[in-house]
Amino acid sequence: MNDFFSAFADDLPQLRSGLWVTLEATVFGALAALLLSFVLGLMSLSRLMLSRGVSRVVVEFFRGTSLYVQLFWLYYAMPQLTGYELTPVLCGVLAFGLNYGAYGAEVVRGAVNSVPRGQYEAALALNMSPLHRMRKVILPQAWVQMIPSFTNLLIQLLKATPLLWLISAADLMTAIEKLRSRTGETLTAYATLLVCYFVLAYALTLLMNLLERSAKRRLGLAAGGKSLLKSRSAVSAAQAGGAR
Amino acid sequence: MTKDFDWGAVGDAFPLLLDGFWTTLLATVFGTLVAAVLGLAIAVAGRAPSRLVTVPVKAVMEFIRSTPLIVQLVGAAALFTSVEPLTVGIVVLGVHYATYTSEVYRAGIDAVPKGQWEACRALSLTPRRTWQAVILPQAVRNVVPALGNYAISMFKETPFLAVITVHEMVFQARDYGTKHFVYTEVFTLAGLIFLVASYPTSLLMRKLEKRLGH
Repeated sequence: MNDFFSAFADDLPQLRSGLWVTLEATVFGALAALLLSFVLGLMSLSRLMLSRGVSRVVVEFFRGTSLYVQLFWLYYAMPQLTGYELTPVLCGVLAFGLNYGAYGAEVVRGAVNSVPRGQYEAALALNMSPLHRMRKVILPQAWVQMIPSFTNLLIQLLKATPLLWLISAADLMTAIEKLRSRTGETLTAYATLLVCYFVLAYALTLLMNLLERSAKRRLGLAAGGKSLLKSRSAVSAAQAGGAR
Repeated sequence: MTKDFDWGAVGDAFPLLLDGFWTTLLATVFGTLVAAVLGLAIAVAGRAPSRLVTVPVKAVMEFIRSTPLIVQLVGAAALFTSVEPLTVGIVVLGVHYATYTSEVYRAGIDAVPKGQWEACRALSLTPRRTWQAVILPQAVRNVVPALGNYAISMFKETPFLAVITVHEMVFQARDYGTKHFVYTEVFTLAGLIFLVASYPTSLLMRKLEKRLGH
């Protein structure tokens, strides 16, 4: 075990860069997913049938074909088909963005639909333009509803990043896997890796709780300091997988 | 270099992928069974009267739920080298998803009105009878669609088993691709098989959800 930790200390630069790759893929993947969720989610609320249809097809396609297949497709198949080759991390960001964006679109759609109809009517009565209505009335309320589900999706995305190891991006898992094969300390290596991911997941949850609190404040909803420490709400963690 | 889509390779690889698909399905079915049974046990244990039981159970659940399935799989396969990879895969999938299904059961149990518990007490039923005859029959009925949804998402995560050399569909696709250098065709085919299998099932679950009034 001491072997492992002295090797761990020696390999610190590689580990740091591995952690960096994992974080990079998580953050950029999440941003891409966020963008796509809003685009697809708002499209699915449109009055135009074409826009609803396109959104539906894209969402079902990216939810229905496994993330793993999408990642491999981007990494192995796309260069053969098109001649373009993406870096492994970019493949990851794109695959995570597309897959979780499709799940996120349902979150956006559900949250916007859950804003009471009276809010919409009041904004209409005040003669607000559609854009103004969305930006000032509907979205701030829907956003609060979205955050817990987005937190769950973000953690799911983080949990998918070790897939990068399979397409030879030098992520955290790759770094620790190298350490493991050099030291032969299987149990310690994987336990360390699991703890790393747990800490990352917890840190992201705390950040998202902060975000939720500030979003609630803006609506004038008080949330005590204790709400920051709560773990992902268990039921919604269960429901994030719902309607898959 | 670009290549045209090779339909011959599609026809060639299809039987192989279908072969892998049975393994995928097998892993999903047994993984779901493990998750359904273990999840229920965890949900009931989480309601134990003693904190000595509930706190560690919750902590372990939170840990498993927050860490990547793929690391758990690779770790378990490396530790239990004498066990067949498919068995390791099914157990790890089952345990990972049990941490989710237990929450579904918990919500189902919480939804049983308090009066039912009180009535059991008034009738001085034993805890066993209370769970078996009164609480669980009411709680479990409502969780069927949610369990179905987890089965679907587990189905889509079975490719992870390829990492521990289980010969499921994506493993076969990758294998064929490496041998013949035709990745586009096989991965497209694998993706489409996933879509064709999972989309109708998810529609079915949505229908079931509506019928049960969620």
